[in-house]
Amino acid sequence: MPRVGPLVGEFFMNGDTACAEGAISAGCRFFAGYPITPATEVAERMSARLPEIDGIFVQMEDELASMNAILGASWAGVKAMTATSGPGFSLMMENLGLGVMLETPCVLANIQRAGPSTGLPTLVGQGDMMQARWGSHGCYSIIALSPSSPQECYQLTIKAFNLSEKYRLPVLIMSDEIVGHMSEKVVIPPPEDIEIFSRRKPTAVPEEYLPFEPDADLVPPMANAGEGYRFHVTGLTHDERGYPVMTAEAQDRLVRRLVQKIEQNKTDIIDIEEDGIDNAEVVVCSYGISARVSQFAVERARDEGIKVGMLRLVTVWPFPEETIRQISQRVKAFVVPEINYGQIALEVERCAGGAADTILVPNMGGSAHRPETIIDAIRGAVR
Amino acid sequence: MNRDEIILSGLGGQGIILAGYILGKAASLFDKKNATHIQDYGPEARGGACRTQVVISDSKISYPYIDNPSVLAVMSQEAYTKYSPRMRQNTVLLADEDLVKLKKSKHASLFAVPATRIAQELGRVAVANIVMLGFIIAITKVVSVEAMKKAVFESVPKGTEELNMKAFDRGYSYGLEKLKTVKGEEK
Repeated sequence: MPRVGPLVGEFFMNGDTACAEGAISAGCRFFAGYPITPATEVAERMSARLPEIDGIFVQMEDELASMNAILGASWAGVKAMTATSGPGFSLMMENLGLGVMLETPCVLANIQRAGPSTGLPTLVGQGDMMQARWGSHGCYSIIALSPSSPQECYQLTIKAFNLSEKYRLPVLIMSDEIVGHMSEKVVIPPPEDIEIFSRRKPTAVPEEYLPFEPDADLVPPMANAGEGYRFHVTGLTHDERGYPVMTAEAQDRLVRRLVQKIEQNKTDIIDIEEDGIDNAEVVVCSYGISARVSQFAVERARDEGIKVGMLRLVTVWPFPEETIRQISQRVKAFVVPEINYGQIALEVERCAGGAADTILVPNMGGSAHRPETIIDAIRGAVR
Repeated sequence: MNRDEIILSGLGGQGIILAGYILGKAASLFDKKNATHIQDYGPEARGGACRTQVVISDSKISYPYIDNPSVLAVMSQEAYTKYSPRMRQNTVLLADEDLVKLKKSKHASLFAVPATRIAQELGRVAVANIVMLGFIIAITKVVSVEAMKKAVFESVPKGTEELNMKAFDRGYSYGLEKLKTVKGEEK
């Protein structure tokens, strides 16, 4: 079979395919998954591409196993990912928590469709945003990115891998059916122009290696299996050696660090896009396909003379609390269109803390917002 | 802002989605414009109503959906019934004349082509979508011929390139002939 590397050039491809190509550019060489609409195209592309580049594709028996398989691959030293949607995302929640506890770099793409349950398998939703934050049991922090275009599916998948390697945790790509199935131009740069971050390796001699002893950024260097370092990993609360310690003190130490390694590095992690915020009376805050429709609505509202800004959340988790807090001091209201009955709007409301109103523009799923619905909400907000 | 909004519609299996993809690819990669391609995706993939929406613009496209198309191509009666009420006053309507019975008087700008019949003449009914693409380009010029030819060539299954190029050319010349004889409403 001919060996080919990452693609380079301009392509007309859909978001799911671009996500797979982003993974390959990022160095992902293992994919385990179970097909589900509208995420199947990610798996399909990976199944065609990985064998060409000495990678491994496994179609697993279900989503629980898929999530576990990528954790194992990551500990073996391979960058690994899976992709799923709604019901599959629910099934992955338990082992997502295991990935957080074991501090395992990997990427999970959720191409969101409308739920609950089987819901609308082929149609758009954004109802898993809070599940992305809190879906697994226990207390932890997570990183989630939300692409608005196929080009961004490519770029954010690379970013997701980089962040997962840097902060040692599963990183979520919270895409959606429209972005996943929409085709648009995707520019793939040559490999030497792509910034790649790989996990920090231990510098200690093997006898002195403590696999869960963090550096100053609260992230422990990570040895891969077979590199001469001994380590033990467990979902139980553990100490720096990786061995179970069943005390409140060990729990406090570990869980605080798991949360703080994200919270303390927020400025490095968070990526947002602002447009015309400075003199705005109202700011529309959105993400994914909804941010795209919002941008269209914002431009129409500006044509009517309304001073309206646009804040697009590229990083959804950790939430850009400080940005919302600062903007809330200067504006009348936030308008939050999302394809659910109010999830990110709750975060905006919390951070605005009453300084500005938060107006949810809900949509139960099945299609994107009509731009007029968002324009109406903007008009209402300035009144 | 120049924004072409094209809806291609018909039945699942006619290659409607692929036709839309080729159109978007031609505009985006070879004519260097902005283009989005979205598809109605669902159980209609085999035999039911099927639609694809392509937006082509000189500026950035934030909204990829089409309410009232500037170009509407229909390859089934159901698609015609479903989408023709959404036409604007100046929408260019293109139809496979053997598959769609048109209410001629209603439309300002109507062009008919026996796309499926031409495909059959070429030996494979499957290329009717490409015949239709050639026809669309001749009539509307939403994408350059050169760009379309490149996109068709790159996008069809290996081994069928020649047949598909022939199909495109047949549709295209049929369209050019049509333009000579018909202005506005189909006679």
